[in-house]
Amino acid sequence: MEHNTMNLTLKVWRQKNNKAKGGFETFNVKNISSEMSFLEMFDVLNEQLVAENKEPVAFDHDCREGICGACSMYINGRAHGPWHHNTTCQLHMREYKDGDTIVVEPWRADSFPVIKDLVVDRSAFDRIIQAGGYISVNTGNAVDANSLPIDKQKADESFAAATCIGCGACVAACPNTSAMLFVSAKVSHLALLPQGEPERQLRAVKMVEQMDTEGFGSCTNIGACEAECPKGISLENIARLNREYISAIMDGDSTGA
Amino acid sequence: MPLNSKIPAGPLESKWKTYKSTCKLVNPANKRQLEIIVIGTGLAGASAAASLGEMGYKVKAFCFQDSPRRAHSIAAQGGINAAKNYQNDGDSTYRLFYDTVKGGDYRAREGNVYRLAEVSASIIDQCVAQGVPFAREYGGLLSNRSFGGTQVQRTFYAAGQTGQQLLIGAYQALERQVSLGNVEMYSRHEMMEVVKIDGVARGIIARNLVTGELERHFGHAVLLCSGGYGNVFYLSTNAMGSNVSAAWKAHKQGAFFGNPCFTQIHPTCIPVSGDHQSKLTLMSESLRNDGRIWVPKQKGDNRKATDIPEEERDYYLERRYPAFGNLVPRDVASRAAKERCDEGYGVGASKMAVYLDFAAAIMRYGKIEANKQGQHNADAAAVRTLGEAVVKEKYGNLFEMYEKITGEDPYKVPMRIYPAVHYTMGGLWVDYELMTTVPGLYALGEANFSDHGANRLGASALMQGLADGYFVIPYTMGNNLADDIRTKAIPTDHAAFVAAEKEVSDRINKLMSIKGKTSVEAFHKKLGKIMWEKCGMARNAKGLTEAIAEIQALKKEFWSDVRIPGDINEFNPELDKAGRVADFIELGELMCKDALNRNESCGGHFREEYQTPDGEAMRQDDLYSYVAAWEYKGESQEELHKEELIFDVVHPSQRSYK
Ligand SMILES: Cc1cc2nc3c(=O)[nH]c(=O)nc-3n(C[C@H](O)[C@H](O)[C@H](O)COP(=O)(O)OP(=O)(O)OC[C@H]3O[C@@H](n4cnc5c(N)ncnc54)[C@H](O)[C@@H]3O)c2cc1C
Ligand code: SF4
Ligand code: FES
Repeated sequence: MEHNTMNLTLKVWRQKNNKAKGGFETFNVKNISSEMSFLEMFDVLNEQLVAENKEPVAFDHDCREGICGACSMYINGRAHGPWHHNTTCQLHMREYKDGDTIVVEPWRADSFPVIKDLVVDRSAFDRIIQAGGYISVNTGNAVDANSLPIDKQKADESFAAATCIGCGACVAACPNTSAMLFVSAKVSHLALLPQGEPERQLRAVKMVEQMDTEGFGSCTNIGACEAECPKGISLENIARLNREYISAIMDGDSTGA
Repeated sequence: MPLNSKIPAGPLESKWKTYKSTCKLVNPANKRQLEIIVIGTGLAGASAAASLGEMGYKVKAFCFQDSPRRAHSIAAQGGINAAKNYQNDGDSTYRLFYDTVKGGDYRAREGNVYRLAEVSASIIDQCVAQGVPFAREYGGLLSNRSFGGTQVQRTFYAAGQTGQQLLIGAYQALERQVSLGNVEMYSRHEMMEVVKIDGVARGIIARNLVTGELERHFGHAVLLCSGGYGNVFYLSTNAMGSNVSAAWKAHKQGAFFGNPCFTQIHPTCIPVSGDHQSKLTLMSESLRNDGRIWVPKQKGDNRKATDIPEEERDYYLERRYPAFGNLVPRDVASRAAKERCDEGYGVGASKMAVYLDFAAAIMRYGKIEANKQGQHNADAAAVRTLGEAVVKEKYGNLFEMYEKITGEDPYKVPMRIYPAVHYTMGGLWVDYELMTTVPGLYALGEANFSDHGANRLGASALMQGLADGYFVIPYTMGNNLADDIRTKAIPTDHAAFVAAEKEVSDRINKLMSIKGKTSVEAFHKKLGKIMWEKCGMARNAKGLTEAIAEIQALKKEFWSDVRIPGDINEFNPELDKAGRVADFIELGELMCKDALNRNESCGGHFREEYQTPDGEAMRQDDLYSYVAAWEYKGESQEELHKEELIFDVVHPSQRSYK
């Protein structure tokens, strides 16, 4: 690839901790290579800040290959930035040109309180999974894996839903901060498999209840979640979740019997 | 101290069965009184914590990420091995065992490896029961593919996201136990020290990474499932946070470190693009099922790949290793790539890359598809389109990742790849029960040294992590805790906890008080450069000796010049990283010592002085058929202990993939 370098202006959200009031701080970074990833550009900024004896910008990241779901920057008004089906760590600087200004914020949602700068607390997602996002099978009880053939199309659909990385971009992108896409991805993943069948209704009810308890907003079918989801989790999953939920409620009990 | 691997007596096939039917058990009422600490929630830690919680133990699990689901296992791409023989291609427990021992260049324990192969089939059953959506055939049954170093198809996969799907399965099992109150989860926590009482591991000091507070946690036993230490090289395919600190702290508390120099360099990674590079991205080994590796026959050929005609390409793996071709084991493939690049045949701007080409596979699959659809006279463009669709289904996410990083379309031009640090076979020495040389302290998954010898075969780390966590530790833990049922939980105001906490806090204060000029990152880069150049793909006595001196100097510099901004009692990633880099520096020195001690080449450890005339690794079985287990004796002081490897069943020979 041809590569070039650029100078940029960054407006970054700084917030000392959960209690402090935050605000934007402006930085200039120079000689950014178009080959760098967005987070490598932040590495350059942070090295510069350390050299100036200032505190680096805190941000979450780990795998830097789009799969762990840790990175979470809201870039120029878009969760994970401008690329389609993409995480912040996989965004590369060839997207930008010399002289650009980039505004970077944390995920904004009451259920994701800021810990510091661009780092937020997403433990609400773990609690939603605890509420029922699993199949109740203990270790050592399984039958032979091929004893139950699964229709390939269903298996593929289940896999597609299971690729959710739990990043929370759907919540950040949604004007209502709804977590429906995340919840529906898990409900679909498990409901599409015969192994997930016995707990199907109970799971949907419990997970939705927990989602409400955590204070996520309600879904009004805007679709911003699907548009920004790095894994292309489809809105069809939300439709499926609604069906599952309604049928569980219609059955009149939440025991899933 | 003589090392006792505690391999059960008897024939290979019955060792584990005998162990399971004779080991001690703990009754349910007593299990509720027994507390277990699990460090790490990757495949090894999550599966162990979930299984032990289900059994009734009181478990506390820790990870440094914001959620257990983000452990580095999530990034594994290609697949997981299991001796299911679903493809009816002659696979068996014995064959998986044999391939693994041979692939590891005869530096692993037979007993452990056999057990691994034995439980592999149950792992797949367990995962499917949890809802792991493995790839399936149209008939609804599970699909398999091949990986390097084997001639059967025994690898189960979920597109290029197998680790993610397996980890989500284990994570969900873990969260279920959290909701049932059997496991307490501590995310954004880092283990800082092992606490020993009367020589037994009885707890840890952890740091809350959000508030900076130190915490004391008691456990009747402590399990380290903290992953590998590839990041000692700075650039690797590991996640940014992967570190050796938990294992290193254990080492300093008396746990021997096994074969620290055994590092795996993976042949197919996206090459370095510049100084800014923060990590390297793997292109899964599964791509070698269909991709052909080549360089131009002519040195310094600057033509575009697509302009170089077939007869001017050197498919060097197919040429050198006709029996295994592009599917030779990783160490062999990596060295062959390095050899071509060092000789001046490399491609791309840096000339430190080779091609991985899918053109032939795309056309082959396209023809098959065209025939299936009855288009027997399809033109090349149509065949190509059909073939691209097939390749996309198999490797779509990897191709997308490649394009995002490099800006090139691998459906149209071959990928450029180069070897990169990927996995560490070395780790804490453990016996058959996965216990380290510190009683009560266990190591599972990549953190231990156990099953892969000097080179790990593809798709075997996921298998080992889950074997350790789901199927081994539940038995061996009971066997040891059965003697501990009368030990009451020890209050954490015990002198040992107080002293350990003080030690940790002093160290943190010391780091913060240096207030030097150089960033943690800069030290890490320097260390990585020394390690890659002198303890990387090829090593020699001179380089290693120099490296040891350089690392000792770097350590001094670090402790007098590192600059860590921010405060102790707040969220401070620079401080977290400083502690990890300090440990990497010490580990780096030990790795070089180990590499220097091992005067032979085996698997991923290639000492230039020991090679055959055609450049293959040359072992010295009469001298080095042992596990090097290092005991910490004080700063820069390590004592070597040897565990002889005894091969009753497989007879070590020079590995041949020709
Ligand atoms: C890109 C990539 C692809 C791979 N693909 C494959 C593949 O296809 N097949 C295969 O078999 N293998 C593959 N591997 C190897 C395999 O993924 C790893 O070896 C394996 O997942 C390690 O699992 P683990 O549970 O031992 O550790 P990890 O998953 O690394 O987990 C470590 C855990 O320890 C925690 N931790 C570490 N230190 C501390 C501390 N001090 N305090 C608290 N917590 C701590 C972390 O938070 C984390 O939860 C791949 C590896 C990479 C890098
Ligand atoms: S649904 Fe998409 S955006 Fe939401 S958490 Fe999952 S991967 Fe992220
Ligand atoms: S850092 Fe893991 S998804 Fe971005």
